[in-house]
Amino acid sequence: MLVPLSWLKEYVDINVEPRELEKKLFSCGFEVEEAYEVGKDVSGIVVGLVEECEPIPETHLHVCKVNAGAHGTFQVCCGADNVCTGGKFPLALVGASVYATAKDHKTVEGVMTIKKGKLRGYDSEGMLCSGTELGVSEDMYEGAGYNGLLVLPADAVPGADVKPILGLDDWIFDVSITANRPDCQSILGLAREVAAVLDLPLKEPAYDYVETDVKKDGFTVSVTALDLCPRYIGHYVYDVKIGPSPAWMKRRLALVGQASISNIVDITNYVMLEMGQPMHAFDSEYIEGNAIVVRRAGNGEKITTLDEQEYTLNENNLVICDGVKAVALAGVMGGLNSEIRDTTAAVIFEAAKFARDNIRKTARALGKRTDASAKFEKGVDEYSTVYAMKRALHLIDELGCGKVSSTHVDVNTGNSIDPREMKVSLRKVNDVLGIDVPEQDVLHIMKNLNFAPVISGDELTIQVPAYREDMDSYPDVAEEVIRMYGYDHVIPTFMPDALVTTGGMNAKQKSELKLKKDLCAHGAFECIHYSFFSPSDLDLIGLKEDAPERHAIRILNPINEELSLMRTTLAPSMLNAIARNQKKGNLEGRLFEIGKKFIAKELPLTEYPDERETLCIGIFGEKENFFTLKGLAEQVAKTLYVKFTYESVETTFTHPYQTANILCGETKVGYLGKVAYPVAEKLDLRTDAYILEIDLKLLNTLPAGKASFEPLPKFPGESRDLALVMDKSVTCGQVENCILSACKNAKRVTLFDKYEGGQIAAGKKSMAFTVEFVAGDEPFGADTVDGYVKKILKNLKFHLDIDLRQ
Amino acid sequence: MNEKFESIKNEILSGIEDLQSSKAVYELKKHFLDSKSGKIGLLMKEMKNIAPEERAGFGKGVNDLKEWALQRFAELDEKIKAKELQMRYEQEKIDVTEPATAKKTGNLHPITQMRNEIIDVFAGMGFEVMENKEIENDYYNFTALNTPKDHPARDMQDTFYLSPEFLLATQTSAAQIHTMEAKKPPIKILCPGKVFRSDDDATHSPMFHQMEGLVVDKKITLCDLKGMLDVFVQKIYGEGTTTRLRPSYFPFTEPSVEVDVSCFECGGKGCKLCKGTGWIEILGAGIVNRKVLSNCGIDPDEYSGLAFGIGIERATMLKYGINNIKLLFESDLKVLDQIDNN
Repeated sequence: MLVPLSWLKEYVDINVEPRELEKKLFSCGFEVEEAYEVGKDVSGIVVGLVEECEPIPETHLHVCKVNAGAHGTFQVCCGADNVCTGGKFPLALVGASVYATAKDHKTVEGVMTIKKGKLRGYDSEGMLCSGTELGVSEDMYEGAGYNGLLVLPADAVPGADVKPILGLDDWIFDVSITANRPDCQSILGLAREVAAVLDLPLKEPAYDYVETDVKKDGFTVSVTALDLCPRYIGHYVYDVKIGPSPAWMKRRLALVGQASISNIVDITNYVMLEMGQPMHAFDSEYIEGNAIVVRRAGNGEKITTLDEQEYTLNENNLVICDGVKAVALAGVMGGLNSEIRDTTAAVIFEAAKFARDNIRKTARALGKRTDASAKFEKGVDEYSTVYAMKRALHLIDELGCGKVSSTHVDVNTGNSIDPREMKVSLRKVNDVLGIDVPEQDVLHIMKNLNFAPVISGDELTIQVPAYREDMDSYPDVAEEVIRMYGYDHVIPTFMPDALVTTGGMNAKQKSELKLKKDLCAHGAFECIHYSFFSPSDLDLIGLKEDAPERHAIRILNPINEELSLMRTTLAPSMLNAIARNQKKGNLEGRLFEIGKKFIAKELPLTEYPDERETLCIGIFGEKENFFTLKGLAEQVAKTLYVKFTYESVETTFTHPYQTANILCGETKVGYLGKVAYPVAEKLDLRTDAYILEIDLKLLNTLPAGKASFEPLPKFPGESRDLALVMDKSVTCGQVENCILSACKNAKRVTLFDKYEGGQIAAGKKSMAFTVEFVAGDEPFGADTVDGYVKKILKNLKFHLDIDLRQ
Repeated sequence: MNEKFESIKNEILSGIEDLQSSKAVYELKKHFLDSKSGKIGLLMKEMKNIAPEERAGFGKGVNDLKEWALQRFAELDEKIKAKELQMRYEQEKIDVTEPATAKKTGNLHPITQMRNEIIDVFAGMGFEVMENKEIENDYYNFTALNTPKDHPARDMQDTFYLSPEFLLATQTSAAQIHTMEAKKPPIKILCPGKVFRSDDDATHSPMFHQMEGLVVDKKITLCDLKGMLDVFVQKIYGEGTTTRLRPSYFPFTEPSVEVDVSCFECGGKGCKLCKGTGWIEILGAGIVNRKVLSNCGIDPDEYSGLAFGIGIERATMLKYGINNIKLLFESDLKVLDQIDNN
């Protein structure tokens, strides 16, 4: 919210420098996002009295002698048509900063520094300035809009700084107002805080006005949706004379960026800025049926707002109607049909409170957010509704732009705008803070904040102003006290009365961290990807129409389509990460992510979906192959104390012959495989990539071992190498299992060589294994191991038709 | 005889002069000292031709010669071995500035590293680490946290909706409610998690990480909040770091504070990082709103609590000087490789 210092000073005699005020506001909960002097870009401008002014022949220029008081008298060339002897104008001295303008003298094109110059052979030391060159508009200073020199008042003293004359020494604060303080979304609201924090009195604006005996006979206001409009005040003003607003009002509006339109419209805007209560004025002539009706819109009902946009409404929108038609979109914008024109002779002023969520929903649904809707969304209090109307009517009187009738209708639900009494225990207030704030300070602070406090024993009784809807119980009082008393009074303690608790991670969290660290030890880098992905990601991995992964939860209001579905698989994000790396020239690497996939029981969601922690690994580069990835899978098994087995499988996005399901016992817990070539091509991958996914949540439900110790064998073991010949269809896994099941002393089987080719029969292949045998309770005899080998060979022959290679 | 001994001596001395390898030494040694065929050994066979009275002298002469020869060969052996060793070393000379062949290890994600660092500090204070849901319902994300449907605070967080009822968690605070419903005080929990808001620019990502902390016990005060956070910032940002509380607003705490930490770059003097203020905003906190306790069935007259929420991305970016939040989610190995405070 933009707050001009000069406007604040209307209500508080601020006695500190702007920067100090900024600090004070910050300390009591109002962060000043930006504070700047209105004329921050302009410097070195003084009052110049033109003492001589001679035209330069054959040009539009004049050469002038300009008296700048103590600064001296300078020769200045000037092209403005209103330069004249005896005139007082802003003089930019050599070295001054002013706005540079385009050829039209109106468009600002940056800031420039004034240098000594020569025009048509005449020295020019300085520049006489227009309003635009000083950043002063017509609304900020009467006459400043003239396309020529800005004329300074006759009493201006030559050589004096121009800034105070033009109000360029004013300051603007951009203050951030927290959602609990809607009462501070106005200059007056903030002024109350400034008065409190500076310990100064608040000067309330004038609310008085003279009501005439004139009445608008038969005029009625009815509210059929009191839930959405708990208070509606209408007041009839006649003998309206539409015209410009006074300079002081124009200037204030201009300082906060609000254009001046006409006296009546400006009054509504001024009151909104001053009091925080949005107001509206209807041209009474266009109000049919002598009535205002506040009701829900009909489905399909249309309204054209002041900015000539047509909207189609429904029963969720609230409209202000006359006896016949909608004349305003409540809380958002007035209707075009009843807008104030130059010919307007009578108006109906509206000040109302609308339900904040209804206005928010309407503003959002229609994509129409206005200053008024923003205020209603945050919350307007009925105290301000009542006082804003008084203030507007006062301004009608003060500006003399109309007569205040005695037709005043206030439809409300009986909410009081008087202060409400609240009693709290001082002990409890101090217990929230952990310090004892002296009673005197509590009294002083609460008094400054208009709470009219009284302390009796431990009981603090306050009168909560109706605009402080946020005050609910003693913690609110504690906050009021400490933000004014100062947070630097809070002394650090460390829960002296709290019970001891044990902390840290649980077993599952520890195991997940260990898994991550073990993968890092294998050269893999952890990634974090968004929990949402794109529908095109599902196509990337070629999922069929009926694939369960397509049953993804959709975000109703995604940032864009790319981020619109909750992930049902982590693979696409990983593939995209690999592709991004390759585009950046990282042609090899190992990545992993532990994230959730989201499985909905039904769509749209009616209950919490299943959030499944899932591990995804992606590796790529010339050094990688299926088995290096399988090595990582084996590390996962080792870390989590489970055993994996693998069986060939096909997926829609991996190599048909280099893909396996990962099984833990009988349960499929994941897959791994080489990324299929068409997918790699779509991603512009330059090296082969491999991907793995394991459902950790599922794996956690399966039986697992734990860290344990097995005594070392008492007697030395032995090993034998066996070169075997078998059908090409026999797998390594089958051979290993067959060997291990044939002999309980065979503890480990390791493939060390493979051969297919001329030296063995067609359709056959050779695989060579090292089999390690462990001795039991007694040492191996001379033939023991040979006996084992014989038994193994017999088993291999019987089950898999495998022979020893000759 | 002495001439013979002398000539063998000379023969050995001249023989050993050119020897270059221990193999050649061995051969020459064998030539003289082999017990059967060695020249010195053969001398013994001449014993029978020696006059008996001279035999003792001859025998001693041979033995002396043998001793002498053994010593020469031993000396030579030592010299040559040393030379050979030297040569071997020289052959194996390497350029120590060539690259290492160390096995490359990966890193935890910078967010995980920061998260673990924070967990470590609070775990030591007795905080238990909880799990967080990414998909929440309206009640837990808002209503139970004192943010009813018409509350403007809902606008502070641009929410992603999945259905009228379900949404993506906008804050980790929902875990507070789940915990307090399931567990009675004393409660000290940390809830790290992913949260989501419809915001996307250089400092905002639609998904980011928060760490919620909650303490519920008897007589918990604002002073405790300050004391606890002082310890926290000293552990994370170093001794001498202090905090500053200033008023703020969150629906689920009252009073609410914004917590600034004294700038760890300049120590509070004012620099680019702290934009000249000497302070850096790091987290939001406050005393748990009584309504939130009541919503969870905890008697707010008996118990009080404090809560805080840390943005992990922000903490990470501040710590490492990362200027764009997107870098944390792009998985660029050149980025991930740099942050290795695992």
